[in-house]
Amino acid sequence: MKSLICSFKSHRSLTGLYVLMAGLFVPSLAMADDLSAGDTAWMITATVLVLFMTIPGLSLFYAGMVRSKNVLSVMMQCFAITCLMTILWILYAYSLAFGDGGSMNGFWGGFSNALLANMSVDSMSGTIPESVFMTFQMTFAIITPALIVGAFAERMKFSAMLLFMAVWVTIVYAPICHWVWGGGWLGSKFAILDFAGGTVVHINAGVAGLVACIVLGKRKGYPTTAMPPHNLALTLIGAAMLWVGWFGFNAGSELAADGTAGMAMAVTQIATAMAALSWMFAEWMAHGKPSALGIASGAVAGLVAITPACGSVGPMGALVIGLASGFICFKAASTLKRKMGYDDSLDVFGVHAVGGIVGALLTGVFSATTLGVFSGQGLADGVTSIGGQVFNQSVAIIVTIIYCGVLSFIILKVIDAVIGLRVSEDEETEGLDLASHGERGYIL
Amino acid sequence: MKLVSAIIKPFKLDDVREALHEIGVQGMTVTEVKGFGRQKGHTELYRGAEYVVDFLPKVKVEIAIAADQVEAAIEAIIKAANSGKIGDGKIFVSGLDEVVRIRTGETGSEAL
Repeated sequence: MKSLICSFKSHRSLTGLYVLMAGLFVPSLAMADDLSAGDTAWMITATVLVLFMTIPGLSLFYAGMVRSKNVLSVMMQCFAITCLMTILWILYAYSLAFGDGGSMNGFWGGFSNALLANMSVDSMSGTIPESVFMTFQMTFAIITPALIVGAFAERMKFSAMLLFMAVWVTIVYAPICHWVWGGGWLGSKFAILDFAGGTVVHINAGVAGLVACIVLGKRKGYPTTAMPPHNLALTLIGAAMLWVGWFGFNAGSELAADGTAGMAMAVTQIATAMAALSWMFAEWMAHGKPSALGIASGAVAGLVAITPACGSVGPMGALVIGLASGFICFKAASTLKRKMGYDDSLDVFGVHAVGGIVGALLTGVFSATTLGVFSGQGLADGVTSIGGQVFNQSVAIIVTIIYCGVLSFIILKVIDAVIGLRVSEDEETEGLDLASHGERGYIL
Repeated sequence: MKLVSAIIKPFKLDDVREALHEIGVQGMTVTEVKGFGRQKGHTELYRGAEYVVDFLPKVKVEIAIAADQVEAAIEAIIKAANSGKIGDGKIFVSGLDEVVRIRTGETGSEAL
């Protein structure tokens, strides 16, 4: 992801005049950060699409999978996260992630752009206004915490959830985002390929989810009590919205309307469809029936896996990434948590972390230009072999897992000691809709 | 007077109502119920997690009729509710001590 932010402070009419003159007389000398109307139009659209992924997409995807007494609680959590992250992002988190941290820039972006102090109507980020770049990145900071909700669904206190998310986005998401995309040490020391957020978004959210569901403990009655999804129609609608919105996420991460964005769109579609079929057929063979939840989960697994890859792999690479992620995530979601004994309610780890890891590793393979029909557009600058790229990808994966895992654990333990993480047993039995929000999702 | 309770498959309700209407049954009470017999429940599978659903949805039709109507009513219900597959349901017949029509206070067969 491009992250160059330039302040372009000149009078608007003068800027317009300059652009006009440049266009007429010396087009080849046009400044690098001239505003491109095409790029800007696409990035405004992409930003809206990514917001659409969280509300309503992810909200519905999760809402359908919980029991009817908790349907509002997960939708409410996604909605509240959207609002809270928006405010934290503009107050300081955007500066932490994409600011210039000076001598400490390897680790964080500092507070120089807190309160969006340096952002004016003329500020540019590449060929788009910084306001668009800032809002686009904000939607990523919204969906990443919202993804974690699925892991601790049906048992976390609303207040503890808000507190956890606020701290988490500050000391986990913003720094990792800076390391990979904001000019920090991971992106500059190790030439990694993470086009749209395999590590920053999906492995990050998946690992935080795993830690959260382990620290919180299992839902009351799990795994002996049946906790089937209460409305898979909602889940399928949500998955479909995630799929549509994901084009903003992946093709938008080019920050421009160009060939790379176009290819990102194509490979996203290919990997998603392949992963959905892969999960469906794997389940059909293993359990005798192709399920609606299975095909929707497979689509999300494919979307996750193609996310880091979509800026550098080709169509046939995408096909393999889809095939692998659908099958591996099916295995992870249907067997891993039962074998390991944790209660990741909606399989955030099994789909997002596992899919993210599969995608990040395979990005290192299928970006290579030496694979014939499976070739991609090339490895990261300075990397000469698939092995070298896969090594760099592994470093990013491991750093994310360790940093996110350890800090998430500490944040949760501290919150647990101060205000408690879980609702009471009675409230859990009653359902969070009534217990936490005083409302019911369904009055039939 | 007899009380006939028939547990049937939900989608057979309209057929049963029609068949009973044809033999002159004047009214009935219908309840959505759950239960199991020889058909047992079924299993559902969500991302590899298997849930056994023990109780299947059925409809209970209750009719209060004169004793001499019972044969015809049973025959009508069997004909209408039989799909030939396991899970078609059962008919229970029991005696009825008293019937009262609330509006008029009529009792016994007058009230049927």
